[in-house]
Amino acid sequence: MITATVFLPLLGAAVAGLLGRFIGDRGAQILTCGLLLISAVLAGLIFQTVALGHQPQTVVIADWITSGTFNVAWTLKVDTLTAVMLIVVTWVSAAVHVYSVGYMSHDTSIARFQSYLSLFTFAMLMLVTSDNLVQMFFGWEGVGVASYLLIGFWYEKPSASAAAIKAFVVNRVGDFGFALGIFGVYFMFGTVGFDAIFAAAPDKAAATVTFFGVEWHAITICCLLLFVGAMGKSAQLGLHTWLPDAMEGPTPVSALIHAATMVTAGVFMVARMSPLFEFSDTALTVVTVVGAATAIFAATVGCVQNDIKRVIAYSTCSQLGYMFFAIGVSAYQAAIFHLMTHAFFKALLFLGAGSVIHAMSDEQDIRRMGGIWKHVKVTWVLMWIGSLALAGIPVFAGYYSKDTILEAAWASHSIAGQGAYWLGCTAAFLTAFYSWRLLLLTFHGRPRADEHVMAHVHESPAVMLIPLLFLALGAVFAGWLGYDLFVGHHNAEFWGKSILVTAAHPSLENAHHVPSWAALLPTVVAVSGIALAYLLYSFAPGIPGALAKAFQPIYLFLLNKWYFDELYDKIFVKPAFKLGKGLWQGGDGALIDGVGPDGVAAGTLAVARKVGRMQSGYLYHYAYAMLIGVAVFVTWYVFNAR
Amino acid sequence: MNDWPLLSLTTFLPLLGALFILTIRGETEVVARNARAVALLTSIATFIISLFIAVKFNGASPDFQFKETALWFPGTTIAYSMGVDGISMWFVILSTFLTPLCILSSFGGVTVRVKEYMVAFLILETMMVGMFCALDLVLFYIFFEAVLIPMFIIIGVWGGARRVYAAFKFFLYTLAGSVLMLLAMLVMYFEAHTTDIPSLMAHSFPFAMQQWLWLAFFASFAVKVPMWPVHTWLPDAHVEAPTAGSVILAGVLLKMGAYGFIRFSVPMLPDASVYFTPLIYTLSIVAVIYTSLVALVQEDMKKLIAYSSVAHMGYVTIGIFSMTVQGVEGAIYQMLSHGVVSGALFLCVGVVYDRMHTREINRYGGLATRMPKYAAVFMLFTMASVGLPGTSGFVGEFLVLLGAFQVSSWVAFFAATGLVLGAAYMLVLYRRVVFGRLTRDDLKTILDLDMREIAVFVPLILVVIWMGVQPNTFIDPMHASVAKLIDNYELARAAHEGLSVAAR
Repeated sequence: MITATVFLPLLGAAVAGLLGRFIGDRGAQILTCGLLLISAVLAGLIFQTVALGHQPQTVVIADWITSGTFNVAWTLKVDTLTAVMLIVVTWVSAAVHVYSVGYMSHDTSIARFQSYLSLFTFAMLMLVTSDNLVQMFFGWEGVGVASYLLIGFWYEKPSASAAAIKAFVVNRVGDFGFALGIFGVYFMFGTVGFDAIFAAAPDKAAATVTFFGVEWHAITICCLLLFVGAMGKSAQLGLHTWLPDAMEGPTPVSALIHAATMVTAGVFMVARMSPLFEFSDTALTVVTVVGAATAIFAATVGCVQNDIKRVIAYSTCSQLGYMFFAIGVSAYQAAIFHLMTHAFFKALLFLGAGSVIHAMSDEQDIRRMGGIWKHVKVTWVLMWIGSLALAGIPVFAGYYSKDTILEAAWASHSIAGQGAYWLGCTAAFLTAFYSWRLLLLTFHGRPRADEHVMAHVHESPAVMLIPLLFLALGAVFAGWLGYDLFVGHHNAEFWGKSILVTAAHPSLENAHHVPSWAALLPTVVAVSGIALAYLLYSFAPGIPGALAKAFQPIYLFLLNKWYFDELYDKIFVKPAFKLGKGLWQGGDGALIDGVGPDGVAAGTLAVARKVGRMQSGYLYHYAYAMLIGVAVFVTWYVFNAR
Repeated sequence: MNDWPLLSLTTFLPLLGALFILTIRGETEVVARNARAVALLTSIATFIISLFIAVKFNGASPDFQFKETALWFPGTTIAYSMGVDGISMWFVILSTFLTPLCILSSFGGVTVRVKEYMVAFLILETMMVGMFCALDLVLFYIFFEAVLIPMFIIIGVWGGARRVYAAFKFFLYTLAGSVLMLLAMLVMYFEAHTTDIPSLMAHSFPFAMQQWLWLAFFASFAVKVPMWPVHTWLPDAHVEAPTAGSVILAGVLLKMGAYGFIRFSVPMLPDASVYFTPLIYTLSIVAVIYTSLVALVQEDMKKLIAYSSVAHMGYVTIGIFSMTVQGVEGAIYQMLSHGVVSGALFLCVGVVYDRMHTREINRYGGLATRMPKYAAVFMLFTMASVGLPGTSGFVGEFLVLLGAFQVSSWVAFFAATGLVLGAAYMLVLYRRVVFGRLTRDDLKTILDLDMREIAVFVPLILVVIWMGVQPNTFIDPMHASVAKLIDNYELARAAHEGLSVAAR
């Protein structure tokens, strides 16, 4: 059953990709959607046995690499953590597959698109079911490639293929850290299998090791290297630049890969490695700081973006920051809980945005929308639900998970945790603000699009709305349903051995006993964020423009995303090309070839010419040379004779 | 067929085919057709015979197998001596696997002097296979040098515009190194009184002599690998060579240097190998970073892939000299994988070159629109080159870095930057050629892969994926030979260290 769940999408991808021309677009759609739906149902059954029935399972499929004492096999391991991820991945993916049938109906390469989506799903499932670091790396890179292919799906658009490369290369920077982390772990533990690593971790808690010429606390350096990988995949501050650009891909892709699943792989990985991270307070602090910084950074940028998808993309970045600082304060359960609820409401928001873009004849700029709610009522209601969940308004899914995270941060009693709480609350305020800014500008107020576009505004077909409704159910009920299991009083039973929290880090336990003002504050700021958005964009629409003018430097700083792209371009991209050119023409061309083969050849030629010139043909030249020769010999003989 | 001389058969069957082709007479058209058919059939037969080597190979034994010995020069120890272990066996099969594909791929591109071309290719195959099987110093040297001749001719006759410059550069570079190697071999003979390679592996040379011998071998092997800074012949040779020539050059000829390190430098000169390891690491790391950056700015498709080969071979030398099981096995695996993948990438370039007669990246763009099959094939090999897990490229690269990290985290750190740079230059190439809008008029009628080209690519695709998913098929027979290599090395090292302690 587990094997089928994971490999059915691969089957779909292979058939749709290779035989797409024979089975036709419709055939490819039916096949990939059908297999994914089966996979989703199976994932539900697995969740029931493994997570609710507390029976973790491991299936060995085949051997993979054996070299000396290094050994990895293709293995599927399902415990509660994986089972949760299986649900998230297959359910959202199934919804996106079905939605794509409608959304991509006018495209020319439907079979290719469906094939890529299924391929992605397979790689993601391999990632979450891995029982060792190397197979996880397989899934990790696999989702990276699928994401590359899907971002660059409209390959004729230069911006799309540029974004695809950027996504792959920036992720590779993260993978560079991940790979070194794997080597470090193997160096320390002599294995890459999770169970063996986790069993040995407590014994190595105090071990030190010298990497890169510095003596480190062994587990800390391994964790930090692995976390670099997580930062790349989950678009954390510093390695986040690819995520907004990734919005060049078709909207279903943004929903599936760049909101619900792939970008959360980093969160999953760190949660999976909790038995290692728990032994390094330094690593956990770093995770907290990076997470909190990302949460606030992305929220500030999200407030001024005008592309509907980019606003949601920055929001994703920000929410991932929440998940990471939850992990940093050892509230792994809360992080995964938020991962799960976020998958539903963020996929909903993206697909809703897709529905809006569809209705507005491919317009993405929210400054040219407005007043369309009457024409797309279902989408409008669903977007409201998604935004309510995102802002963390009570009873909606995000409320449960985000509040738990903030409470855990408060309850961790560390400086980093406290900082994360305050930054998180500020970010929550901004989240609510930009969500309603988006809603108000898109759906409400006066129409700002031209009449031509407005005349065409239409509700999406059922095949797109049904997946949206399904996700909306998740956005409403997932928090309420999951609270008790994921982070409530039964969480220890539910998670079993899949997550380890040591007694030194009881933040989640303490989260249930925080002062009531600390628990209430996130909701209060969320409501005030909404109120502010109404004030600025509904009642006094002149203010935002005036503010932007009054604080122009700050506005530009935010609009240009803190100038990260420009900075990286200046210190990495351009110098790399310049250096390459210099090494090629200066190093290879002038220096090596100049001194080496070409130089020797030219030198030989020059010598030959000179020697050639000596053959003048005049007898007295030769006689003169002979005379000198004789003189030299005689002199040498005389001096040596003594 | 237990007592058949499998190795000699594999080695000399192509030569037989070549002789047969020489006897073909008649109309140019007919001769070309027959020569092609004979060459293809011969090379396929050779490949099938070589598979018997793999099937009958005993992976548990570290010794040389299928040994054949015949005294050659009476009065000396020089003999015709052949044999393979778990390492060289795979290179024999790599050579016999790539040759039929090369011959098939040149059916379209090569139209002049077809008969001579096929003869050159079959002779080349004999020399390559013989080189990997040779167990005698003199025999090895003859094959090692003789490989250059057909390749020199292939580049010089069927090459591009600057083919003569490239052919001479290639020949002089590699020959300069070989002269020193010949000297080293003579010294070894006078010291150990034998030319038998297994006996030489058991002989221990004095340390001072080892250093000189090592440097002499290094001069030859480093050029072949090629290591930075003696790599500049490679881009020129690749650019000017016909497609199939590039495939063999990248696929097999580049492996000769690294194979030499494994066969000679490390087992015969272990102390000097330890001594010079930092040099190898430095040059390899420079190669990985330097050539990756250079690859990033190339305007010629073949040059870009040629530079990427230098970077990939940097991993190989790091792996060999890390002297860990993972490092050495990873290095061998990386060589096999690179042989298949870079060969396939050159074939990908050849496909569009045959149609457009240019390798300039700027002349392409948007091929995905007209050539979806080509785009898919090219994507797969691009990903294999980048080292995507699940393809052959990952296993070698990963094992090498894993092995290197156990020895020096800095080496692994710098070498791993190749992960990022490699992705950058390959994806930039792919984007500029395959993605984008198809705007050029002459590209608007370009045709997708035909059946012959698909027949060339399918075996390569299958091997790349098989090597990525089930690498143990290939690694298992290596274990014993690699373990022996490392054990001997460690023993020699321990003895050497013991001596130096005693001397103090």
